[in-house]
Amino acid sequence: MDTNLALLLLLSPFIGFLFNVFFGNKISKGIAGVIGTLTVVFSFLLTLCFFSQLLQTGKAIEISLFDWISIGNLKIDFGIVLDQLSLLWLLFVTGIGALIHVYSISYMHDDENMPKFFAYLNLFVFFMITLVIGNNLLVMFIGWEGVGLCSYLLIGFWYKNQAYNDAAKKAFIMNRIGDLGFLIGIFMLASQFSTLNYSEIQTAIATGHVNTTTLGIAALCLFIGATGKSAQLPLYTWLPDAMAGPTPVSALIHAATMVTAGIFMITRMNFLFDLTPEIQNIIAIIGAITALVAASIGLLQNDIKKVLAYSTVSQLGLMFLALGMGAYTIAVFHVITHAFFKACLFLGSGSVIHALHGEQDMRKMGGLRKVMPITFWTMMISTLAIAGIFPFAGFWSKDEILLTAFEHNKVLWVVASIASIMTAFYMFRLMYLTFFRTFRGTEEQKHHLHESPKLITIPLVILAVLAAIGGAINLPGSFWLNHYLEPILTTKHHAHVLGTHEFMLMGVALVGAVIGIVWAYSKYLKQGFVPKEDEAIVGINKVIYNKYYVDEIYTALIVIPINAISNFSRKSIEPQLSKLVFSFGSAANALGTQGKKLQNGNIGLYLFMFVLGICTLIIYLFIAQ
Amino acid sequence: MSNILNQIGIENYIFLSVLLFCIGVFGVLYRRNAIIVFMSIEIMLNAVNLLFVAFSTYHQDAEGQVFVFFSMAVAAAEVAVGLAILVSVYRNLGSIDIDNLKNLKG
Repeated sequence: MDTNLALLLLLSPFIGFLFNVFFGNKISKGIAGVIGTLTVVFSFLLTLCFFSQLLQTGKAIEISLFDWISIGNLKIDFGIVLDQLSLLWLLFVTGIGALIHVYSISYMHDDENMPKFFAYLNLFVFFMITLVIGNNLLVMFIGWEGVGLCSYLLIGFWYKNQAYNDAAKKAFIMNRIGDLGFLIGIFMLASQFSTLNYSEIQTAIATGHVNTTTLGIAALCLFIGATGKSAQLPLYTWLPDAMAGPTPVSALIHAATMVTAGIFMITRMNFLFDLTPEIQNIIAIIGAITALVAASIGLLQNDIKKVLAYSTVSQLGLMFLALGMGAYTIAVFHVITHAFFKACLFLGSGSVIHALHGEQDMRKMGGLRKVMPITFWTMMISTLAIAGIFPFAGFWSKDEILLTAFEHNKVLWVVASIASIMTAFYMFRLMYLTFFRTFRGTEEQKHHLHESPKLITIPLVILAVLAAIGGAINLPGSFWLNHYLEPILTTKHHAHVLGTHEFMLMGVALVGAVIGIVWAYSKYLKQGFVPKEDEAIVGINKVIYNKYYVDEIYTALIVIPINAISNFSRKSIEPQLSKLVFSFGSAANALGTQGKKLQNGNIGLYLFMFVLGICTLIIYLFIAQ
Repeated sequence: MSNILNQIGIENYIFLSVLLFCIGVFGVLYRRNAIIVFMSIEIMLNAVNLLFVAFSTYHQDAEGQVFVFFSMAVAAAEVAVGLAILVSVYRNLGSIDIDNLKNLKG
C-alpha cells in the first residue's frame, strides 16, 4: 500500500507532464493548467498523508523498488525513503509548487506556449521529488540533473530572446561544473563503501575504519556540487541571470525549491560532514562571504527581480553558514521560512510586472500601493519577514543563525549581521521604490494599472500568512523542528536556552534590521531619491552596480583562454592530426589502385600467379626446414 | 604391398609424382586451350594423389588412402562443373582459348 502511494506521489507530476506534452496543444490552455496543477496538488495531499502517518508512528518508510546496478560488490538499488527530512522537503516542494501552479494559470494565460510551460513545471516537480525521495545518492543525482535540465528549459522558455537563451546556457554550464564535483564525490563514496545508500554509508562510517582524508575530499566534492546548484561562491553568477525565466519559475525553482537542493544534500549527508571539520569550516566561510557579497550587490540593483535574486543568493549563503557550523536544523528552518517569504516576494514582483506589462525596472515604478493593495500588503509582510522583524518567520530563523554564528566565531557573526542589515536595506529600498511616492512610468502604463486577478492574489495571501507565522515551527522554547529532525542527525544540535545573552543578541539583530530599514526610509522615502540612469553611476557604486565585474573576470580568466586554446587546436593541431589520419586512407587507396592492375581478366596470368604462389610456398617450406 | 615398395623404392614414387606435377604445371602455363589446361590440372591432382598413396603404404597408415578417395570424389565433381562451364563458354564465344576470356573481368 505504502509502495503504491509513494509511487503515485512520485509519478503524479510526471503523468501531468506526459499529458501536457502530448495533448497540451489539443485542449484549451486553462484545462492544461488545471491538470498540471491538480497533479501537483495530488502529490501534496499524498505527502500530507505520509506526513501525518510519520507524526503518529515516528517511523521512516524505506522502500526498495528494484536492484538497479550490481557490479562486483557494488550494489545499488532504486529505492525511496520517506523520513523526517524528505517529507519535510516534499511538503514545501509540492505545497509551494501547487500554489505557484495556481498562480501560473493566471500569470501565463496570454502565453501561446502555456501547455509547454506546465509540462516543464510538472517535470520539474517530478525531478525535485525524485531528488528528495531517493534512498541513495545516485537516485538523488538523477533528480539533481533533472531539475537542472528543467531549470535550463524554463529559463530559456521565451526562446525567441537570445539573451534569455544565453542565460539558460549559462545556468546549465555553471551547474555542470558543480555536478562534476558532485559526481566525483559519489564515485569516491562508492569506491570507499561499495554502496550509496544513506543509511548503509552511515552505518559503515559509524562502525568501520574510514580514511578521513578520502572522506574529506569526497565531502569537498559534494560541497562543490552544492555550490553549483545552490548558487554559492564561486558558481553563483548563473542565478541572477536565471531571472530571465517567467516569474513563477523564478519563485519555484530559483528561490524556494531547486536552489535548496544543496542544503538538502548536505543535511542528508550530515554524518559525513560531521567527520570533516575542515570542510565544515570551508562551507561556513564560503556561506558567509556569499551572503555578504550577494547582499552588497543587491544594494544597488534596479531590476526588481535581480534584487530578489541577489537576496536569494545571500540568504542561501546564510543557510550554508549554518550548515558549516553543524547547525543543520537551523539551516533547514531557514530554508522553510525562506521558501515562504521568498516565493511570496517573487510572486508579488510577478504581480507587479504583470500589472506593468513586463516592466521590471524599479526606476519606472512607484506609487503602486494604492492600486495594488493585496500585492503591497503581502509583499510588505514578506519583506518584514526577510528583514528579520519580530515576530515574522524570518526573524526566528535568521536569529538562530546569528546566535549560532556568535557562539562559533565572532567574525562570521559580524559578516552575517552586516549581510542582514544590507538585506533589510535593499528589501525596503525595493518596497519604497515600487510602492511608495508617485508613479514614474508612462501615462499609458498608469492608465492600465490594476490589481492582479484572484488566482494570483490567493497564492500571495497564503504565502504571506505562512511568512508571518512560519516561525512557529521552531519557536524558542518548543523547538518542534529540532526534535522532529533528531532521528536523521547524528550529532544532536543543542537548543538555545533563552538567557540574557540570547535576548541581547536578538535585540542587536533587531536593531540592525531597523537600522537598515531607517536607512532605506530616509534615502528613498523621505528624500525621494530615485536611482540614477546607468550612465550616471560612477565610482564604487558603478563597481557594485556591475556586480563587481565578476562575470567579466570569469570571461577574462576562463572563457577567453579556453577559446584561445580551442582556436589554437583547431587551427594548428587539428590540421596536422587530420593530415596523419588522412594519409592512412590515401595510402590504402594508392595500394588498391596498383593492386587493381593484377586483376586484368587474363586467365593465363592468374594461373601463372597461382603457380608462382605454390612455388613460393614450396621453396619457403624447404628453407624453413 | 610393402613388397612392391621394397622392390621399387619410395624415392621413385616421389620422382614420378614430381614429374607428373611439373608436367601439369607446364601444361597449365603454356597451353591456351582450356580443355588442355583443365587436363593439366587433373594431372597435378593425380600426382598428389599418387604421393598420398605411396606415403600411406610407406607409413603403414590407411589415412592417406582414405584422403585420396575424398580427393577423387571432389575432383569428379569439379570436373563435372568445370566441363559444364567450358561448354557454356564455347556456346557463348565459339572458342575455348583462355586468352579470349578477358570479359570475365569485372
